[in-house]
Amino acid sequence: MGSSENERVWAETQASPEFQDLKRRFRGFAFPVTVAFLVWYFGYILLTAFARDWVSTEVAPNINIAIILGVLQFVSTFFIAWLYERHSSKHLDAASDSLRDKINEQIGHK
Amino acid sequence: MNSTTLSTILFVVFVLVTLVLVIRAGKSNKKNSSDFYDGGASFSGFQNGLAIAGDYMSAASFLGIAGMIALAGYDGFLYSIGFLVAWLVALLLVAEPLRNSGRFTMGDVVAFRMKQRPVRSAASASTVVVSIFYLLAQMVGAGSLVALLLGIDPTDTAAKNLIIGVVGILMIVYVTVGGMKGTTYVQIVKAFLLMIGATVLTVMVLARFGFDISAMLGQAQKLSGNPDFLNPGNKYGVEVEGDPFKTLMNKLDLISLGLALVLGTAGLPHILIRFYTVPTAKAARTSVNWAIGNIGVFYLMTIALGFGAAALVGSTAIKEADKGGNLAAPLLAKELGTNIAGETGGATMLAIIGAIAFATILAVVAGLTLASSSSFAHDFYANVIKKGNVDPKKEVNVARIAAILIGAVSIVLAIGAQGLNVAFLVAIAFAIAASANLPAVLFSLFWKRFNTRGAVWAIYGGLGMALVLLVFSGNVSGTETSFIKCLPDAVDCVKFNYFPLNNPGIVSIPFGFFMGWLGTITSTENNTAKYAELEVRSMTGAAIGKAVQH
Repeated sequence: MGSSENERVWAETQASPEFQDLKRRFRGFAFPVTVAFLVWYFGYILLTAFARDWVSTEVAPNINIAIILGVLQFVSTFFIAWLYERHSSKHLDAASDSLRDKINEQIGHK
Repeated sequence: MNSTTLSTILFVVFVLVTLVLVIRAGKSNKKNSSDFYDGGASFSGFQNGLAIAGDYMSAASFLGIAGMIALAGYDGFLYSIGFLVAWLVALLLVAEPLRNSGRFTMGDVVAFRMKQRPVRSAASASTVVVSIFYLLAQMVGAGSLVALLLGIDPTDTAAKNLIIGVVGILMIVYVTVGGMKGTTYVQIVKAFLLMIGATVLTVMVLARFGFDISAMLGQAQKLSGNPDFLNPGNKYGVEVEGDPFKTLMNKLDLISLGLALVLGTAGLPHILIRFYTVPTAKAARTSVNWAIGNIGVFYLMTIALGFGAAALVGSTAIKEADKGGNLAAPLLAKELGTNIAGETGGATMLAIIGAIAFATILAVVAGLTLASSSSFAHDFYANVIKKGNVDPKKEVNVARIAAILIGAVSIVLAIGAQGLNVAFLVAIAFAIAASANLPAVLFSLFWKRFNTRGAVWAIYGGLGMALVLLVFSGNVSGTETSFIKCLPDAVDCVKFNYFPLNNPGIVSIPFGFFMGWLGTITSTENNTAKYAELEVRSMTGAAIGKAVQH
């Protein structure tokens, strides 16, 4: 199979509605979630830098807001990882696999 | 038996077990020369997840963060948070597309639709620079750690140099004999040991306080003698009274550190190549999820390790053993053991935790050596010097020779760098990775218009800016803790610390992205056909495997 023919397969797949749909569903999740967790993370960093008195407030003996916010960063990271796994297996994997099989057949890749 | 003997025995056992694994892996590598780079892409998501955790939880994490929390309180915890959250960038944006569109190195993806020679040269250069900074940190740490465990006088540099030499030789053996497969086994064994060690310590610490975290924190604060020990601001973003400029700079430095930590991970070459050891994107995702689970639990435990050391060992004793606090966790282990079973218990716990820490260092340096030698052989030798016409067997031999050379160079540099702060070196490696590599990787995968000039400018721009700012920062000259020391009462010093921050990230990371953009829009080159292939492959995993023609 010639490389120009392969090129046609890539271009046609890229333009196909199935692929555009897959791409939209991937980016529609990954991009906004990335912005969200970065905002939350830098919000936390800015608070520790500029709202020091507030984050040093104790909510229980020896437990201040800073440590709670820190632990919440862990919780949100675990939660986002779980959410992305769920999103991928529900909305991305099947579409991606079927496109892969179709392309591999077209370009003669085993 | 004293802790020195036991520690030595445990460590020798670890070395022997891993050497057997590595030699067996080396034999199976002979079947296919590409196995050197990707271990045959045959690991499961779970195995690779453990290996990633093993590669990532370096001496700086285990020893450095515990020590920083023990001495500076809350601020050490900032590292734990940044190092973990960073994995979301890798998970959401990088792991799967990288697995789908590359084969062996970061350069494979960045150069995919570009002119090969300039882009691969740049990728190879930044891979080697980042890896060497990271390597230095680990090897310097190894010197001090082993000196403590073996009871060597900390000022006995000849003995420390010998240890650094031994570490260097072991890592060269792991990499040249075992390749990616052997190195992966070493990472898995080490991750397993480290998780168990940290869990045992955490449970023992908490048990001492009746599982009352507040009591532990209270005792840590009390013993530190600092009323603000549990609050941020003891080490980063320090407020200097009557000097608003200095205060602002300290706060910007804190933000800069936060940026470098969260954006560095997805640009670390030794982490990126781990995604190639699994067969599919789905397995790459599974491995990141396992890694996040392991790494997250581990970094949560640093709260108990660090504050536990502050509460039970105390900062005076920790500082006496090592000024940077790097020995807080081993000392904590000793204290906990002594409390339960007297001197023997203390010696045993110290030996076990010490041997685990040493295994940690060894596994990480092997991963780093592999990443840089792979990139040298595959990006620079095969695609730049030989322009892609090279026998795969010969290419792998070049990788082995490169591993020996890089190992030798880092032994020499590490001997020269003794006394530098370990955590600082790692934070710098993260800043360079985020500045030089991340913009090029993200633009390659997601920006259609991106081109050769953009990639080259992004890498050299980010790399160069980070290095220049570093040279002109207080890390190198002008302060008591600089490489070129300048004591406060000195009359004249050689100093050129014009850049007021310690971490260059806040300037160099945006600069890397900016140069990528500027280079792209000032060049008309754009390979639309190759971008179609890259985009489709990165989203679907089509054409992965041996049948791909390059």
